[in-house]
Amino acid sequence: MNQTVSCVECDAELNVPADAMENELISCPDCGVELEILSLNPLTIDLAPEVEEDWGE
Amino acid sequence: MQIAILVTHIRAEEKLLLTAFAEAGIEPDVILDRDINIDLVAGPDQQAPSGRAWSAYDVVLERCVSTSRGLYLLAILNRWGIRTINSYETAAICSDKLQTTLALSTAGVNQPETRVAFTPESAMGAIERVGYPAVLKPTTGSWGRLLARVNDSDSAEAIIEHRQTLGDYNHHTYYVQSYVNKPGRDIRAFVIGGRTICAIYRSSEHWITNTARGGSASNCPITPDLDDICQRAAAAVGGGILAIDVLEDSNGELLINEINHTMEFRNSSAPTGVDIAAEVVRYALAQAEVVA
Repeated sequence: MNQTVSCVECDAELNVPADAMENELISCPDCGVELEILSLNPLTIDLAPEVEEDWGE
Repeated sequence: MQIAILVTHIRAEEKLLLTAFAEAGIEPDVILDRDINIDLVAGPDQQAPSGRAWSAYDVVLERCVSTSRGLYLLAILNRWGIRTINSYETAAICSDKLQTTLALSTAGVNQPETRVAFTPESAMGAIERVGYPAVLKPTTGSWGRLLARVNDSDSAEAIIEHRQTLGDYNHHTYYVQSYVNKPGRDIRAFVIGGRTICAIYRSSEHWITNTARGGSASNCPITPDLDDICQRAAAAVGGGILAIDVLEDSNGELLINEINHTMEFRNSSAPTGVDIAAEVVRYALAQAEVVA
């Protein structure tokens, strides 16, 4: 079942899909900020870490 | 069979991989690189953040978005005799464009003309030798960061001055390539265990065609020539699971641009019709079976 949580940046209501995983990255549909799901129970999110210089593939 | 995935966080790719593992009846341990706290003097029987001993893993799939963390973890695990995908050796070559160039050159694989220099004066000399337009790249880095097309000596001087001013000494290694006048696209081919499983064209009006920078993906047929150069490029860096960036020059010749060892593929399964995550999992399970 989908859960909802407030964006920590813009306070918009976010739908978190039922198949969400801990430490998954999601985007706020309102402000576009990247967020990380820190916990599913209770549902907790925070801003995703800033991209660092050595990030990539 | 015990498998772990090392991640910085769960992106679309890792979610696809975990789903593919689940479909294969395997639940790998997900290990966050931020939780790593390893005793480098002790051996592989120490506990991983998962609670299991590192030595219990038949294979560890490295998917860190942080290149430095991924490299060090591969170095540790391989030193302990734990099989990883990819190997430290392959990752170390692929994460460094200069090392990749050397490996490809040794194997006789076609690539753009490439030079290296370490001072502003010799960098100007290297650019002049390659000719304009040239491309200046950091030897490490991804997603098209800090790539510069150098069209003339004025822009060469400006970019070199900026690079000298940047604090990190890595910016003072000048890796210079000839610019390949590609037809508004390049090719990304996915090679797993020596097989070219699929490829996409990455098209963009900008000369940087990375999908991370807005390039669009469409299916690219695997011709015998593309298959051949990709297999030889993969072998040159030690094989494994690789995404190979290929350029077509104005004569239709194929040249290897770079090779990625923790590839992103979220935009590539739909246009190619190939379930890349399932292919990765198949390869990982085969590697684990060799050990188990």
